[in-house]
Amino acid sequence: MLMIRIKAPSKAKKGEVIELKAMIQHKMETGYRRDRYGRQIPKDILRRFECIYNDVVVFRAEFFPAVAANPILVFHTIATESGTLLFKWVDEAGVESYDKVELEVV
Amino acid sequence: MWRFVIRGLCFSLLPALPVLSNAKEISDFSANPDLPSEVVASGFEFLTPESQALQLDDFANPGFLWVDRGRLLFEKQEGKRACVDCHSERDSEMDSEMDSRREGKTDPESDGKVLPGSATRFPKINQDTNQLINLEGQINHCRVERQSLSPLPYESEQLLSLTAYVTSLSRNMAYDIAIDGTADAYYDRGRAYFFKRKGQLNLACSQCHDDNWGKLLRGDRISQGHPNAYPGYRLEWQNFGSLHRRFRDCDVGVKAEPFAAGSETYLALELYLKWRAKRLLIESPGIRR
Repeated sequence: MLMIRIKAPSKAKKGEVIELKAMIQHKMETGYRRDRYGRQIPKDILRRFECIYNDVVVFRAEFFPAVAANPILVFHTIATESGTLLFKWVDEAGVESYDKVELEVV
Repeated sequence: MWRFVIRGLCFSLLPALPVLSNAKEISDFSANPDLPSEVVASGFEFLTPESQALQLDDFANPGFLWVDRGRLLFEKQEGKRACVDCHSERDSEMDSEMDSRREGKTDPESDGKVLPGSATRFPKINQDTNQLINLEGQINHCRVERQSLSPLPYESEQLLSLTAYVTSLSRNMAYDIAIDGTADAYYDRGRAYFFKRKGQLNLACSQCHDDNWGKLLRGDRISQGHPNAYPGYRLEWQNFGSLHRRFRDCDVGVKAEPFAAGSETYLALELYLKWRAKRLLIESPGIRR
């Protein structure tokens, strides 16, 4: 289980620019390091992030080995209609981690 | 913090002055050998403004990932019962709903019913075993005695998370460490370890953290070596870790053989350092370099 922290407003005015923050617990192992016996530590990073607002991708990011552990993303979108914001990360093996929040637009 | 900034300026402008100010510090220090100086500065003061901002932001501070997980584990029933069945994190007036759940499960010798503030009293002497235990040890004691579970290994994700959560409830409180009775011997032992030269570099903890704090060690300001950020997030680790993991790093740094996390020597050192930091507030989950 990866811990996820999301910060998003629960209510917004229509047309308002809202700030969204998303953090996930992940070691982001680069694949370049070696353990104490000299063996390569396998690469294990998150590859992609998407924020989906009522089936529309409003923000997308790609991660690379230089990204620090436990990455945090801060971005903005425009509140258009009430609905769900889905935050989704995909790792090296294609495993998805996600969390969602409800947004009420008035 | 300003004191060493000003001292740093003195160094560059008036070479004669720092000798005097250092001499004054050493005399202060010998008057009260258990404190680094009259100034007690948290490790926070030695961070860059960016790292300070990270610690102060309760969302961006990655330590809260472990606090969140610890809260989930705390409320989850494992073995005989969940932690929350005995311990409440809330104040007593808000607690009537919890009382019914706890009824018949009270434990007369445990003083830890109300969790805020409980982390300030560790490490302390366990009444059952008459040995010194820290918060990690207490959590494992509860797991074995009250939940009929096996103890968690040191630095395991679960133990770190539970410790992080319980310590976070004592954030901004001062340590309240007892060093009388049985604890006295541990205090002496921890203090002796702090002042003992060790490793291939033949350095004692005190030589950096008492005698030379505020000066540069390569690119870093040497801190006073206070434990109040831990368990905390260390940027060098890119991870969350316990105070004993931090001790191991310092021992490796002076090329001494590190002790195991949870060992008696480190417990004694933890007791000494938390007593030494008693004028500071707990910052855990703190951010350190």
